[in-house]
Amino acid sequence: MSTSDVELPPKGGFSFDLCRRNEMLSKKGANPPSFRKTGTTIVGLIFQDGVILGADTRATAGSIVCDKNCEKIHYMAPNIYCCGAGTAADTEAVTDMVNSQLQLHRYHTGRESRVVTALTLLKSHLFKYQGHVQAALVLGGVDVTGPHLHTIYPHGSTDTLPFATMGSGSLAAMAVFESKYREGLTKEEGINLVCEAICAGIFNDLGSGSNVDLCVITKGHKEYLRNYQVPNHRAHISSKGFTFPKKTEVLLTKITPLDEKVEVIEAGDAMEE
Amino acid sequence: MAKQHANWSPYDNNGGSCVAIAGADYCVIAADTRMSTGYNILTRDYSKICKLADKCVMASSGFQADVKALQKHLGARHLIYQHQHNKQMSCPAMAQLLSNTLYYKRFFPYYSFNVLGGLDNEGKGCVFTYDAVGSYEKVGYSSQGSGSTLIMPFLDNQLKSPSPLLLPAQDAVTPLAEDEAVDLVKTVFASASERDIYTGDKLEIVVINADGLRREYIDLRKD
Repeated sequence: MSTSDVELPPKGGFSFDLCRRNEMLSKKGANPPSFRKTGTTIVGLIFQDGVILGADTRATAGSIVCDKNCEKIHYMAPNIYCCGAGTAADTEAVTDMVNSQLQLHRYHTGRESRVVTALTLLKSHLFKYQGHVQAALVLGGVDVTGPHLHTIYPHGSTDTLPFATMGSGSLAAMAVFESKYREGLTKEEGINLVCEAICAGIFNDLGSGSNVDLCVITKGHKEYLRNYQVPNHRAHISSKGFTFPKKTEVLLTKITPLDEKVEVIEAGDAMEE
Repeated sequence: MAKQHANWSPYDNNGGSCVAIAGADYCVIAADTRMSTGYNILTRDYSKICKLADKCVMASSGFQADVKALQKHLGARHLIYQHQHNKQMSCPAMAQLLSNTLYYKRFFPYYSFNVLGGLDNEGKGCVFTYDAVGSYEKVGYSSQGSGSTLIMPFLDNQLKSPSPLLLPAQDAVTPLAEDEAVDLVKTVFASASERDIYTGDKLEIVVINADGLRREYIDLRKD
């Protein structure tokens, strides 16, 4: 075993090199940094001609908002989109990865991607990592077999539903869906219901906020409606603006020129022309 | 038998931010009106500002139940003071009483972060800022609560006050006019509610000056 290890080329996947070091550090009381989470409201529903996905645009790290207008509806295939909640890096990475696998699969087969294909790729990846890849997803699309909507949990379990919500605002959004959803909604009714569900999350869940993003997918057509609603504006703008009275004081200026550490020596044969 | 209830905690954090600014002849005390726990909003209209005496108000964030108990206690103490002395307590006296009250519970503290503002006996604005166990200081301006880490550096930049260590002691009050201070407070809260999830809904501003006490409200972000 020992010697051949070194010569093996890297196989890809995650690197666990620092796990033992990090365990030792945390035992000694050093806390790991916090991750950017999209404490989120994401929703989706099936209407008469296809699927509508919706998301808010707030990203938080603890109690601080780190992005007021982020994108949570990810592109998977021309006919499939996916909303992500959880650790921002994980939702981004997992959707990008499946996006490229679907692209390759389309080159190979010459056919449109199916939603179940994306679903299986996502859930098998998430199950493999036993919930450590923290991505909660709402996957929607229209393929040759019709419109589909799925939710995928971080541990890899999935649901197939006519309407779905995920993230910290999922309860607020589901309350709206449960009271108002019915089969055979028109496009306009569907958009309004999704907007209302996202707004319920934005206003009643502190992890969600800012604007409403939408994506409407129908047979052979899609509309990505970025910032479809902008319901939150700055509360007050100072009439006079601001001055920053005192510049940082310069206490000392000292210039140290860089030493020439590298000597260039002309040696060997000149390069052939 | 192993120790039980090791994880039980009697405290909650209900969020919110408080600001106070002292001027030459006024004092501005402001706080948002959102009360929350975790990712939930409990109410969008809860006042964090309590009038303790004619020229002395306290804004508090932290754990609402402790804040309520503290306000009730101070109210009772002030009533006794009025009966014994037949006058309103001064702001510096109330500041010392608040400190003593907090330190009295040093090993089971009131989980409340307070700023006290008002006018002193000369009619000059004064602000006192506290930690949860009664350490306090007279300052020209201060901020407490969930958004204080965002607000305080901005106030430092705009209102930089002299060091309290300087001799002879220099006046801490800000040079701003009253309407400028109110405008600054509105800006500061508009900014804090953009980035702090526990600050928002409404801003309550109390202005104390020679004419008495005045309240003002503006809307903040509701998301």
